[in-house]
Amino acid sequence: MIETYSSVVPLIAVLLPSSAALLVLLTGERFRNLRDSWSTIAAVVMVAVVASMLPDVLDGRVPQTTIIELSPGIDIMLRADSAGMIFGLLASSLWVLASVYAVGYMRVEHEHKQTRFFVAFALSLTAAAGVAFAANLLTFVIFYELLTLFTFPLVTHRETESAIVAGRKYLTYTLSGGLMLIGGTAWVHMLGIDGTFVAGGLLADESISKATAWGLLALLMVGVGVKSAVMPLHGWLPSAMVAPTPVSALLHAVAVVKAGVFGVVRMLVFVFGAELLREIAAWQVIALFAAATLLIGSLLALRHDNLKRRLAYSTISHLSYIVLGVALVGPIALVGALLHIVGHGVTKITLFFVAGAINAHTHKENVSQLDGIGWQMPITMGAFTLASLSMAGIPPFVLFTSKFYLGWGATEVDQQIFMVVYLISGVLASGYLFPIIYRAFWKRSLDHVGYGEADMRMVVPLAITGVLALFLGIAPNLPFSFFELATNVATAAFGPVDALASGASDVAAGAAR
Amino acid sequence: MLAALIVPVAARRRYELGFILALVGVGLSMVASIWSLVHVLDNGTMRYNLGGWAPPIGIEYVVDLIAAFVVVIVTSVATLVIIGTRRWADHEAGDRLGSFYGLVMLLIAGLVGMVVTGDLFNLFVFLEISSLAAYSLIFLGGGRAMLAGFRYLILGSVGGSFYMLGVGFLYFSTGTLNMGEMKELLTDDATARSVQAGAAFIFAGLGLKMALVPMHLWLPDAYTFAPSSVNTLIAPIMTKVGAYAMIRMFLSVFPDGYLKDAVPIADALLVLGLIGIVFGSIAAMSQKDIRRMLAYSSISQLAVIAVGLGLGTPLGLVAALLHIMNHAVMKATLFMAAASVRFTSGITLVAHFSGIGRRMPFTMGAFTLGALAMVGIPPATGFFSKWYAVQAGIESSQWIVVVVVLASSLLTAVYLFRILESAYLHPLQPEPSHADHERDGFGETERELAEESQAHEAPLDMAIPTVLLGLSTVVLGVLNAVIVIHILEPGVA
Repeated sequence: MIETYSSVVPLIAVLLPSSAALLVLLTGERFRNLRDSWSTIAAVVMVAVVASMLPDVLDGRVPQTTIIELSPGIDIMLRADSAGMIFGLLASSLWVLASVYAVGYMRVEHEHKQTRFFVAFALSLTAAAGVAFAANLLTFVIFYELLTLFTFPLVTHRETESAIVAGRKYLTYTLSGGLMLIGGTAWVHMLGIDGTFVAGGLLADESISKATAWGLLALLMVGVGVKSAVMPLHGWLPSAMVAPTPVSALLHAVAVVKAGVFGVVRMLVFVFGAELLREIAAWQVIALFAAATLLIGSLLALRHDNLKRRLAYSTISHLSYIVLGVALVGPIALVGALLHIVGHGVTKITLFFVAGAINAHTHKENVSQLDGIGWQMPITMGAFTLASLSMAGIPPFVLFTSKFYLGWGATEVDQQIFMVVYLISGVLASGYLFPIIYRAFWKRSLDHVGYGEADMRMVVPLAITGVLALFLGIAPNLPFSFFELATNVATAAFGPVDALASGASDVAAGAAR
Repeated sequence: MLAALIVPVAARRRYELGFILALVGVGLSMVASIWSLVHVLDNGTMRYNLGGWAPPIGIEYVVDLIAAFVVVIVTSVATLVIIGTRRWADHEAGDRLGSFYGLVMLLIAGLVGMVVTGDLFNLFVFLEISSLAAYSLIFLGGGRAMLAGFRYLILGSVGGSFYMLGVGFLYFSTGTLNMGEMKELLTDDATARSVQAGAAFIFAGLGLKMALVPMHLWLPDAYTFAPSSVNTLIAPIMTKVGAYAMIRMFLSVFPDGYLKDAVPIADALLVLGLIGIVFGSIAAMSQKDIRRMLAYSSISQLAVIAVGLGLGTPLGLVAALLHIMNHAVMKATLFMAAASVRFTSGITLVAHFSGIGRRMPFTMGAFTLGALAMVGIPPATGFFSKWYAVQAGIESSQWIVVVVVLASSLLTAVYLFRILESAYLHPLQPEPSHADHERDGFGETERELAEESQAHEAPLDMAIPTVLLGLSTVVLGVLNAVIVIHILEPGVA
């Protein structure tokens, strides 16, 4: 069984990016090489710190930090449980690559106010780590709000009219969501229930009326639904694409939206729990919203010529893969959802990196301008191809693995219809991504002569994430045992699951088939 | 413990020495108040009979946990503000500097007196002392401030008289003015018409002092046209003490639950508070002048206190008291920052804040902290008073409270982010020309200031108090549980 022990390591992991932010701020524009290395150093250290907790967590011993009593009876508490570790490891390791990429991108684009940019970037990671390791509702809410706050300067970084409008939209959506969360959290506490997350649902053993449960569900799910861009709460995401591409890459592939879907996991699995969701028949409603978003998002992605917008709608669609997976309230679907968080993070960040590299290097931003670019930027477009194959769910890429579990999970709970939804959306994903590859490699154009590859600081990170998209599909347990963590969460929430007992070897076998 | 009260009065007597004496006075007063807070924490409520006459004949001063808490807030915020606005005072009061600081001390003495007194009539006396000092200070602004001050004087006196009338009714019914005794005597004849009328008059009088909608009309003009050294001082603390007096009525004058059951005053507070929250925020959105915007924001924030009080539950009271502290600190930060910006660049209009964040990083940094606290981003202070208010609303199933309090965060964000956006995201404007000043209605003072100094970081003695106030919004937020558990919860129990 899971036991907790007191340790400062989760706190260190959360504070590391903040200290980087401070160093960045103090170093300033004059020593910009030093300034820009702080982020990367902090990112590497953060990965090491988070990973150092891994062996204990896998043994079922969970490190936990209690910081301060924030409101009578409620502590700020951080706890690196299996679910938190998945998100923490993903965010911190992708930060390493994103920080290198961001330096390259910002230098090439001659962006202004780079110090502010890197400070906010690092602070956002603190907030993301806080969301990952939050042990109770109030702590979660605090970091969730901070994430909104710290990412606001990044969204509006360009300071153009459209950036400011997008920033306002972003704030309106996310602050409203945050308020819903605050209301829900206050309500839980006023019912006299401890807000500490429990695998299987902290409300599971409480006798609350059906109406109360629905009220809480509405508040909390709308709260996390905004950042996970479930329709109709998705409006901020495409607008937020005005941000510089490293922001879109890290935040809209990893930190912000994944904080949203991670919140969905926290709320459905750790607050409500399977039984309550089945009892009040809430999961069907959530699943319907998610399934609709999944299909509509994919369809909308088809019609956008602007590459970043197309990717934004693809993100919306893929986030709902995860929401749907969690809403199916089955252990296998949950494993699929958690793996999809990781897989989609790695895959989508690659696609955004590529979009940014192309844009910074050639100033092309529309799909229709990309004819023949593949031969000029072979590594970049090669990585794009790998990521696209993964997005479409082609074995043995990582998103095949997660979709395989999601589909299996749907049939396990006798909801074959949702498996069909998954499959259709997979086909649509190839529909909006493969034409880009076709244009890049098979069409000829005189536009792209003599460009060559983009700055190495951009190319290397995107090549690494592209390869990771393949590698994680073959070996999901390396390097950070994502698969094992995911099954741990499912086991903790649903009890032992036979189908998952044999572990990762199955996946490889499934992938090989 | 009385030192808190006496020192400012004593300092007033030798007002020729101006700033130094004022600072020493209010500083000592702060130390004394902190000491008394510690003392009360250890030993329970302190009582002192003025002139040695035992109550109910003599006037009694009572410092319980809540009084000590509020006095600490008043005096410490006042100390920082007095340091921070010294340059403004030099500028605005000119050769009347002596009387300026005299009035400031009188104001603070009045406010502190209102908090520690245990006597209803004595409260009126202090109320008038502080109000008269405030009117005179506003008059120092000259020009439109005269009109604003006069309006405040009229309305303020009406408020004072209402309060006095109310106290008169109570005196007729009970024959005492001592708060403690009043509470005991009122328990017996709670249904008497005269007592109910008294309660209603007191409510109206204090409601005006705390600018409860629709009795807020004096506030926007008074805050906008008052000298910067004055509105920075008045805005954070003056209305708070009015709110405190209202809380005092609930806690120690009327029997428990009386203002809820016998007279619908709690409900009135609740309703007016809810209207005030929405009205104040919406009015703030459309203001061009930052001081006026902050004034409307004050109306909205005071309404939060009224709502907490109106709920009438212990948790609601905790929320109200915590918000007294929070709002004092947040508003002081915002007004200080606004005063610093006006001092260095003459800017008062929201539209002119473009790019100011780069020129005055510390001042605007503090402003940002204050603004985020106002919006209620955790873990800054503003979040927690709203958190308790929301909890109190849920507890008493007043869902409308929950919705309005939460929505007020969003409304606050709308008007404060306007400034942040402009300060950080808009390009620095070229120095406004003379013609621009004419067009934008710059007064003589602003034009003078704008010409003699290009915008840059405020002088250190302005910037440091501002930054301290800004940081304290976060520190107090993180430490709020300590305050709530040790001071407020025992205090309202």
